[in-house]
Amino acid sequence: MEHTPPPFFKTGASPLVRLMIFSALSLVLLAADAGYKYLETLRQVAAVIIFPLQRIAAAPASLARGASDFFTAHSALRAENAQLRLDIMAAAAKAQQAKGLESENMHLRTLLEARQRIEDRSTLAEVLYAARDPFSRRIVIDKGAQHELRTGYPVIDGSGVVGQVTRVYPLLAEVTLITDKGHLVPVLNVRSGLRSVLAGTGVQGALELQFTALNADVQKGDQLVTSGIDGVYPAGLPVAEVVAIDRNPAQMFAKVLCRPLGSVTNYTRVFVVHAAVVIPPRPEPEAEKAPRGRKAARGSKGG
Amino acid sequence: MINLYPGTPQEILRPAKTGFIVATLVAALLLNLLPWAGWGLWVRPDFVALVLLYWCIDQPRKIGFGIAWVLGLLMDVADGSLFGQHALAYTIVAYAGIVLHRRVQRFSMTPQALHVVPLLLLNDIIVLLIRLAAGSDYPGYWYFLGSVIGGLLWPALSFLLKLPQRPRFDPDQI
Repeated sequence: MEHTPPPFFKTGASPLVRLMIFSALSLVLLAADAGYKYLETLRQVAAVIIFPLQRIAAAPASLARGASDFFTAHSALRAENAQLRLDIMAAAAKAQQAKGLESENMHLRTLLEARQRIEDRSTLAEVLYAARDPFSRRIVIDKGAQHELRTGYPVIDGSGVVGQVTRVYPLLAEVTLITDKGHLVPVLNVRSGLRSVLAGTGVQGALELQFTALNADVQKGDQLVTSGIDGVYPAGLPVAEVVAIDRNPAQMFAKVLCRPLGSVTNYTRVFVVHAAVVIPPRPEPEAEKAPRGRKAARGSKGG
Repeated sequence: MINLYPGTPQEILRPAKTGFIVATLVAALLLNLLPWAGWGLWVRPDFVALVLLYWCIDQPRKIGFGIAWVLGLLMDVADGSLFGQHALAYTIVAYAGIVLHRRVQRFSMTPQALHVVPLLLLNDIIVLLIRLAAGSDYPGYWYFLGSVIGGLLWPALSFLLKLPQRPRFDPDQI
């Protein structure tokens, strides 16, 4: 080593050494992020740096949307108006019924001394862009910690649950869709009252009802709503519809495929529900001995 | 520089401006941040990797590992993915570009593109391995399509990025 001639030009460390340094740095970051979640502040700072770029990148799409809104045909508008008027009539009738039911319900609940259901506030957010990452199903919305969003808030659209806020930046938030692999929603079958866990498969537009017994009362076309036992999703939001059931006796459980009701792929605006869910106290240890109680507890943890 | 293709004349180019390099990298980041969805996501090449590779091959003295690494971090934040996966991939791609730049520069466009596609695939494979290790599913062969399209875009990209370096002839001056 001592006999090598001095270099003519000073170029700093060799590429290999630099590669080693930066790779090691990346690996440290990976380990720190995957294992310990230490880097959230660094992530927040970087998110603020690229925020303007993200807005600029999202601008053409929103501009195109605005332009197509502007050039909507007169007849289309009239037809839509008429349809909407009809819808309002129908909705008004329903709303009046609902008012009656609500007061009745409130009365009954007070009688039962049950916990009042808290009316949730919600924020309208615009979807900036959908998952660019082929590995996960996520969207980024244009509201963040500045608009009092927090992780865990459910995200819905006009027809059903879309997902859940999983990461909040100052001005943006990341929503994991219900179709993301490993995302769980505790649901209730409206027709049969069967409780179960709806899991995302990572495939667009496909959900799977987990741990459904072979003889369980599930039919094609059944509607699934959130059961609210996880303390994340408020109860009663429509989530999915059963599209196929495969009862193979060789398997432990039936394979129940579902389709999300919320338009998980095509949307421009979503609602973030500021769900003030109060988690009931843990049951006494005796209750955990029952096998049913343990299963429910496991399902609620993942959501 | 030895001209491997005597039929095609070799130009003497003006030096690349640092400002232009930065601008193209920001533009690539913008292209990556566009709201790609559906099949657009599959055919989208990683523009940042592509432009980074171009500058690593063309101007290895002006661009280095630090820039590649920071760009990787920004991509990680934008994607909401694990911190460091793009940083690692871009660092390795930058290394490959810097090491191979003397070789790749001497080829014409088509063989250059053939050099670039494996490097972009390497970028994809590193990200894929990290994601598989983190517990994701294999997304399918379509995942690699973007890199092939990146290779197809290479001639157009190098034409565009070389434009400001071409000498401007002003017949009145001579």
